[in-house]
Amino acid sequence: MDASVSAKATANTFENDVREIVTAKYVRAAVASDAVAGAQPRLVVEPGSELELAKVLKLANAAGLAVIPRGGGTKLEWGNRPARADVILSTAQLHRVIEHAWADLTVSVEAGCTIARLQETLAKHGQRLALDALWPERATVGGVLSTNDSGALRLRFGSLRDLVIGVTLVLADGTVASSGGRVVKNVAGYDLPKLVTGALGTLGIITRAFFRLHPLPKETRTVSCVTEDVREAQRLVTAIQNSKLAHSALQICCEAEMQPRVDLLFEGTDAGLMAQVEQVKSLMRSATIADAGDAWNARQAIHSAGKQRESEFAAAKFATLPAQMAEAIETMARLSGAGVRWKVATQATGIGWARLEGAAPAVESMLREFRACLERFGGSLVVAHRPPGMAELDAWGSAGDALPLMSAVRRQFDPQGTLNTGRFVGGI
Amino acid sequence: MESRIFDELREIVGPRGLITSREELHTYECDGLTNFRVLPRAVLLPDSTEQVQKIVRVCHREKIPFVARGSGTGLSGGALPVENGIVISLTRMNKILEVDFANARVVVEPGVINLDVTGRVAPQEYFYAPDPSSQSICSIGGNVAENSGGAHCLKYGFTTTHVLGLEVVLADGSLVHLGGKTLDTPGYDLMGVFVGSEGTLGIATKIILRVVKRPECVRTLLAAFPSANEAGAAVSDTIAAGMLPAAIEMMDNLAIQAAEAAVHANYPNCGALLLVELDGPAAEVAALMAHVDAICKKNGAWEIRVAQSDAERALVWKGRKAAFAAMGRISPNYIVQDGVIPRTELPNVMREIGRLSREAGLRVANVFHAGDGNLHPLVLYDRKIPGQEETAEALSSRILELCIAAGGSITGEHGVGEDKKKMMSKMYSEPDLETMQRVRCAFDPLQLSNPSKMFPTPRLCGEKPGEYVAHPLETAGIVERF
Repeated sequence: MDASVSAKATANTFENDVREIVTAKYVRAAVASDAVAGAQPRLVVEPGSELELAKVLKLANAAGLAVIPRGGGTKLEWGNRPARADVILSTAQLHRVIEHAWADLTVSVEAGCTIARLQETLAKHGQRLALDALWPERATVGGVLSTNDSGALRLRFGSLRDLVIGVTLVLADGTVASSGGRVVKNVAGYDLPKLVTGALGTLGIITRAFFRLHPLPKETRTVSCVTEDVREAQRLVTAIQNSKLAHSALQICCEAEMQPRVDLLFEGTDAGLMAQVEQVKSLMRSATIADAGDAWNARQAIHSAGKQRESEFAAAKFATLPAQMAEAIETMARLSGAGVRWKVATQATGIGWARLEGAAPAVESMLREFRACLERFGGSLVVAHRPPGMAELDAWGSAGDALPLMSAVRRQFDPQGTLNTGRFVGGI
Repeated sequence: MESRIFDELREIVGPRGLITSREELHTYECDGLTNFRVLPRAVLLPDSTEQVQKIVRVCHREKIPFVARGSGTGLSGGALPVENGIVISLTRMNKILEVDFANARVVVEPGVINLDVTGRVAPQEYFYAPDPSSQSICSIGGNVAENSGGAHCLKYGFTTTHVLGLEVVLADGSLVHLGGKTLDTPGYDLMGVFVGSEGTLGIATKIILRVVKRPECVRTLLAAFPSANEAGAAVSDTIAAGMLPAAIEMMDNLAIQAAEAAVHANYPNCGALLLVELDGPAAEVAALMAHVDAICKKNGAWEIRVAQSDAERALVWKGRKAAFAAMGRISPNYIVQDGVIPRTELPNVMREIGRLSREAGLRVANVFHAGDGNLHPLVLYDRKIPGQEETAEALSSRILELCIAAGGSITGEHGVGEDKKKMMSKMYSEPDLETMQRVRCAFDPLQLSNPSKMFPTPRLCGEKPGEYVAHPLETAGIVERF
């Protein structure tokens, strides 16, 4: 029997077995739009419960099939092209908010629940998950955790690693394991919620999570200021960070041939906000003040296709030291040359997001050079969206001397490489 | 252990870096939890990462278990030596290597004392936020191992929130760098799993910390309530009103008496004392303080004081931070517990603790980080009275079981260590614990780094790292890898 025939036979047996577990309407043949970064799977399965998901994953693992976990599918292209793709395992049916313990400021939620739906539920008691994720209408709890997506609010509230207090995950062999729980303070055992945050589903499929919550702010104000150049923007950001202002977010937005803009978000009581806005005026030469915060859509705009076709832009996340943001932006401007249009939103944490438009070869070489510059100073660059011509560019860059240890962790959790194989850092 | 090994170790750290005499070894036989004692074979005092690596390589080659130790203030027996093992004391690696104000980063060696980090950055109005009560003597390396907390974690987060990068000597002596000065370094968050791993995944030899700007204004309010019920209701109302104070602490009458006897903090004599600290911009703090004051009054506080000066504030905190040690004033012996419960369970759990205490005929003093539901019940007893220690231990375990039943945890900041490893199987299922130990097997397959701690039953690390194991279906020719 040749390889493709035997693989097809295995897939057929698997499909029949899966139909025994999952209601028939939740098993279907994959179509072109189910492709993941250019790899075409054969089957899409939407288990109706954690237990069903565990059974299906265990079967796939035993059959040697490659599984790609999927939530809302908004960031499925993040990471490298899968080495193998047989089955999409979707968490779409696991969409319940299990318990909003509002008096304890915690929530437990299934992985397939969208961020928007979760926030809507939390808002009924004046609370929120203090996270501004991309595509909240479609992005799910599991997907956001697996990609470690966070936005400008991170400056004040931390990223997902600081907000997630418990997870339940299903390992490739079908083991269902929990770590952490519903209390915000807990040091019993290893912190697996942090381990699986940003692991791109390579250690197991997250099925449930517990988060610590924050109150919704009573009032918010956004103060924005256009600066002469990025150096001045950096000076302003450093001065604000050095002050005693209690802001929730601070970013520099900038694009080719435009003056940079610094945005500052305050949340709190009316009295507190007024006092702080007054204070900040002494640091900014000219400032505009707004109640609503359109400025905070900048990160989303970097990722949205907009008028461009998907093939015409790349989007990447980069990390620098907070005091080196201007340097990073200048480096990018210098490297982009004539052929590439660029746009960035960098946050005072040193995390930035860049969008590059232009011919794929030019964008690719720019990203490579930019990554090399950042890595020289201890930073990093991770490519999120790539036009088709750039499939060979590694999404992650260097994991340093910890890569062998990361591979060892992966082998412990998924010895056969069933989950998202080849997609993560160093080909994990 | 053979003498050639001692010779080799002496060669690495020099004669003054190796302790083998029985009398001196006694200093290292326990940590802050003194009811477990094991004499190590030797104590090594390296003064560099290279020395730590060399020592660990010898241990790896000879299969000698090792336990890293900071200041030895831990309260769960995490630094308890293991039989026939050595202790690697990091106290000589106590340099602050780098202070980078522009990026609010400080790089330290593991033996640096927690409070010394704040001391170093205070002139520029920064501080290091995690503040365990032992902060004037405990080491950053120990804080990393235990993921130490403190009163101000409610707002500022735990050690793990403030550690950005680690240099780690793994159990085979190799060196890895986890995290870094920048955020989100590519790959798994192994730093996140290392912090709080209680020395079971290797030894941190360099730590990159984040420091925080001092808030414009800090106000501390002290409110006296008839009992913990009313104080607990005030805590819930404060949180429900959408406030996140820097700290909310509670002490019951027994704890107040002990603190008064020890440090004369000038606390009101009441059923339960609430200590609420707010910080931030002055206008914001003023508005919220008025709100907290009203909430306390509404819930029956009969005396409310706001510390008027830094000195008054320091005294208020001195009483709280001395609470454990102060128990010696009112009881010959005591056991400290560290359970966590969802905040809303506080009244039920308090009632149950009271009932269990009466049943056992032992007093229980209560000190809580009330804002995050972290309880520190102190079970008071007298070792000289036959059977009382056993009764105290049983009561203490029952209290932890209460916490688990309420949906909480057996430890919020002290760690599992030797002390609570048996309780782990009450909190977690077998697959949960087995999954955690997969991490251990990846880091330390021979289980030499602080073995026998944290887990009730160690998992055998069957898989040899790096080796690919073919699936049975693959061997049988049924499936292929493609």
